[in-house]
Amino acid sequence: MKGSSLRPSRLPHAGDIVLWLATGLATLLVLVILLVILIDVVKNGAPRLTLGFLTKAPSDGMTAGGIFPAIFGTVALVILMTIAALPAGVATAIYLHEYASPTAWGTRIVRIAVNNLAGVPSIVFGLFGLGFFVQFVGGGMDKIFYGGDKVFGQPALIWAALTMAILTLPVVIVATEEALSNVSPDVRLASAALGATKFQTVSRVVLPQAVPGILTGAILAISRGAGEVAPILFTGAAYFLPTLPHTVHDQFMQLGYHVYVLATQSPDVDATRPILYATVLVLLVLTFALNASAILVRSRMRRHLSRAHG
Amino acid sequence: MIIQPAMHIEESPTGSLAVRQLSVYYGDKKALGPVTMTIPGKQVTALIGPSGCGKSTFLRSLNRMNEMIPDCRVEGVVKLDDEPIYGAGVDAVAVRRRIGMVFQKSNPFPKSIYDNVAYGLRLVGMDDRSELGGRVERALKHAALWEEVKDRLNESALGLSGGQQQRLCIARALAVEPDVLLMDEPASALDPIATAHIEELIHELASDYTVVIVTHNMQQAARVSDNTAFFYMGDLVEFDTTQIIFTKPTQSRTEDYITGRFG
Repeated sequence: MKGSSLRPSRLPHAGDIVLWLATGLATLLVLVILLVILIDVVKNGAPRLTLGFLTKAPSDGMTAGGIFPAIFGTVALVILMTIAALPAGVATAIYLHEYASPTAWGTRIVRIAVNNLAGVPSIVFGLFGLGFFVQFVGGGMDKIFYGGDKVFGQPALIWAALTMAILTLPVVIVATEEALSNVSPDVRLASAALGATKFQTVSRVVLPQAVPGILTGAILAISRGAGEVAPILFTGAAYFLPTLPHTVHDQFMQLGYHVYVLATQSPDVDATRPILYATVLVLLVLTFALNASAILVRSRMRRHLSRAHG
Repeated sequence: MIIQPAMHIEESPTGSLAVRQLSVYYGDKKALGPVTMTIPGKQVTALIGPSGCGKSTFLRSLNRMNEMIPDCRVEGVVKLDDEPIYGAGVDAVAVRRRIGMVFQKSNPFPKSIYDNVAYGLRLVGMDDRSELGGRVERALKHAALWEEVKDRLNESALGLSGGQQQRLCIARALAVEPDVLLMDEPASALDPIATAHIEELIHELASDYTVVIVTHNMQQAARVSDNTAFFYMGDLVEFDTTQIIFTKPTQSRTEDYITGRFG
């Protein structure tokens, strides 16, 4: 306004104070909750966290021993899951982003399907895995190759991994698509103008630039897969196993499921509690480490890109 | 629309582009044409006109880059030395290997200087190191960039200045030894010194290549081109030698544009 005072005002505006207080308190609340959980878990879990705990199997009805089979099973699960989900997810994203016509009804249906897949409750994936992989695919394989003996037609590592792969597929697809759309259209044009075929442009220019974004997606998918329990309840996770899985059609123990078992099925709750806390701590450290590495990869990529354009 | 026959332009034997009744549509909307003209080989032809006149659309239709735009449709004939580029069974990829393009904004790949220039050659399967090296050196020399980058061929192309990046893009296009080089306002994002470099280069390129350049800058058209085509509202208004266009154009609209009365 013309002629209005430019005298420095001591007091900030009332609305600013209210907003500052409200947003600040909300942020504080989130931090406090996270901190309380972390302190509780670290305080009660850390003393039990020894090398023996990480390398031994549970014993004495899970009131003693370690969690090595659960760590081993979790790692085996996410490796198999990644082998299944990453190529399929990346290929789907490349098709959707580079080849499919964005307006075609087929493309739209696939996109809607991917988005809905991301919203399906994880227990539904578990039931689907039981019905489709364990009973239909596994049972069918038994009938054809094993004369009806139960080999693949029961909950197993491979079926749990495939179920988990379907669950994490949308994460990989969305991350890969985002990485692809971050590749500047200018370099695509440059490549085409030099006489590159679509395949040459995608494989020589677009994909190399999208790799960090794809890696971020893969790590996020792994972190999700490491923490989920519901999809593997009926498809392969075991309550307790005396031995490690030898083949992909064996059952396995897994950290998240082990937490559930320790918390609800223990014969001696007091004896199990420190083990439970320590197991939760391992699970948290594992998923935090995976998320942190995803953030690290992403920030490195950003720095690389900003240097590229700077 | 009367198509002015290009009376004063010398025909030359190779690398000429014969455009006959070329129209371009975006969806249902006609963006250009019909245009009929013969762009002579091994000369510089400038395309001028106000924004939205269709000159860039026309340029892109000369190497089928418009096919990258969804809903774009082309009618008519373009022949490179009697070979129709829109003929049945003619691959756009093959067309672009003979008719290269340099863009308004320099767009090097985030690769080394060497790999940028070698890109087009590797696309066609050239992997002999000494042959590749020779072609890269020749292209960089041709684009007047060799002296500046010969000691850092393995450094990222993104570390070059804007003008150097644009000359790298020219070198990259020249490395595959096309017949024609299309340039879409190649100097509009550059400072005056880098622009002068590019203009000098364009002049020299015409001894080996047919150069078609879109420019907003009339002085640039006058400085670098042998022939000039004036486009207005999606039509070719006049096409003649640059000297004629800039001194005694036959169409009043050409004269109005050149003397700055509109545009």
